[in-house]
Amino acid sequence: MNIYVLMKRTFDTEEKITISGGKINEDGAEFIINPYDEYAIEEAIQVRDANGGEVTVVSVGTEEAEKQLRTALAMGADKAVLINTEDDLEDGDQYTTAKILSEYLKDKDADLIIAGNVAIDGGSGQVGPRVAEILGISYVTTITKLDINGSSATVVRDVEGDSEVIETSLPLLVTAQQGLNEPRYPSLPGIMKAKKKPLDELELDDLDLDEDDVEAKTKTIEIYLPPKKEAGKVLEGELEDQVKELVKLLHTEAKVV
Amino acid sequence: MARKVLVLGEVRDGSLRNVSFEAVAAGKTASEGGEVVGVLIGDSVSALANEMIHYGADRVVTVEDEKLKQYTPDGFSQALMAVIDSESPEGLIFGHTALGKDLAPKIAAKLESGLISDVTSLEEAGGNLVFTRPIYSGKAFEKKIVTDGLLFATIRPNNIAPLEKDESRSGDVASVAAEIKDLRTIIKEIVRKASEGVDLSEAKVIIAGGRGVKSEEGFEPLKELASVLNGAVGASRGACDADYCDYSLQIGQTGKVVTPDLYIACGISGAIQHLAGMSNSKVIVAINKDPEANIFKVADYGIVGDLFEVVPLLTEEFKKLKVNA
Repeated sequence: MNIYVLMKRTFDTEEKITISGGKINEDGAEFIINPYDEYAIEEAIQVRDANGGEVTVVSVGTEEAEKQLRTALAMGADKAVLINTEDDLEDGDQYTTAKILSEYLKDKDADLIIAGNVAIDGGSGQVGPRVAEILGISYVTTITKLDINGSSATVVRDVEGDSEVIETSLPLLVTAQQGLNEPRYPSLPGIMKAKKKPLDELELDDLDLDEDDVEAKTKTIEIYLPPKKEAGKVLEGELEDQVKELVKLLHTEAKVV
Repeated sequence: MARKVLVLGEVRDGSLRNVSFEAVAAGKTASEGGEVVGVLIGDSVSALANEMIHYGADRVVTVEDEKLKQYTPDGFSQALMAVIDSESPEGLIFGHTALGKDLAPKIAAKLESGLISDVTSLEEAGGNLVFTRPIYSGKAFEKKIVTDGLLFATIRPNNIAPLEKDESRSGDVASVAAEIKDLRTIIKEIVRKASEGVDLSEAKVIIAGGRGVKSEEGFEPLKELASVLNGAVGASRGACDADYCDYSLQIGQTGKVVTPDLYIACGISGAIQHLAGMSNSKVIVAINKDPEANIFKVADYGIVGDLFEVVPLLTEEFKKLKVNA
């Protein structure tokens, strides 16, 4: 099995977000593998261990993503590829990223491509399905279970809490939902081994792409923080009176009931 | 610039989801005085067409086929592409729902267009249509514009107000033929786990429980309060991890993102991952024994106390309010 994982480096979920110069301030912030992509990496490793083959983790980003790619290798992926767009691209969007990834993947004969269903920073959830469509393969998003049997696959998809059991065949792209598995922590021997595993770096040139080919279709014109919420009103007095007051406030002041 | 905007209506259990009407309102803004065309796809959907028109669509196009009874990306994209081919729209609006999230990127890739996902508001400003959307799990917002090609967005449920329903409105309803074939994903079974009744992602009122609920039975008083307020029950990850409830109820960074009018957090400490799923709710009430709990920092109103005392009292008070109303 020829398995690929699409991975994004993102802000740590615990980080406080601040803005400087119209952009999200990244100074001193911790970066991690996008949590949904961790499920994707874990699933890829499990599918490989059960069926044989190789797991390649691919990321579009800057050389700083090498750290997260090494972590993926330490978890057990076989190879990593960084498509470094630092020198070529100012602002990309999901069109850009999907086009770059599919250009890289188009001649790789992938049997299975796994991505996270959404990145916790941008939150679009577009890149997986876009890549599948460009490659002409089918996809299932937000999956919580994957069973591969030869060239066919049974997938459980989370649909706003309900589950769909879906039958399909390879090649296939799936995007991981929480609950798919429990991602492993890299072991010490895994970390040692990861240092010797291949981590290739490509640029747009290597994919025969120009900046114009991947020019974004959308543009961010402003980033801002939500207005800070004023401290709420903590009620006082006898519990019964507090409850009465709360219902009155919700009815007459907030007017939500 | 007046433009023709297609709005995909979403059908669930034989009726249109609310987000369809919100999408029509967004389509109206995006059309800038042009035409809003509702699109309905399914095995039997034409009876719902007039409702889209009552909510502001100028006319409706339907694609009906046995094979469209359930959503699949192949079936729905074939149907939608047939409509797009015959209508040549300049804008497309879907709901940012399970269906919209799954389908929109495929259509965007087919059309080689941009797509602005999870939009919470849109407005005309300085000659552009400006789309606002949350990023970093709602810790920040960005404003985006389309720089090239089709205006394509998915809108988050419960954020854009629908237009007032006007049953005297009328418009043309036409069907478009599409060949639906070679579906590569087949749905064998649907297991319903989501709470009966009110849909969590569209609920106007949510009563959510955390670790403080202590057990599966502990959710009962929350359910009673929810039913009095015609709301839905949600949960924090802690409550789901502890097996007090199904993961389908989980609200947070992983799980559902909700923006109800009223969110009542019961026994929820307010971890940052939970806040990411609900902090944009219009009014937040926190009920927690711990006065230092983080949830009080985002709450509009708080009661420091035991949820098992407070929630039943609240249920009684709301019942009285309903009787008097």
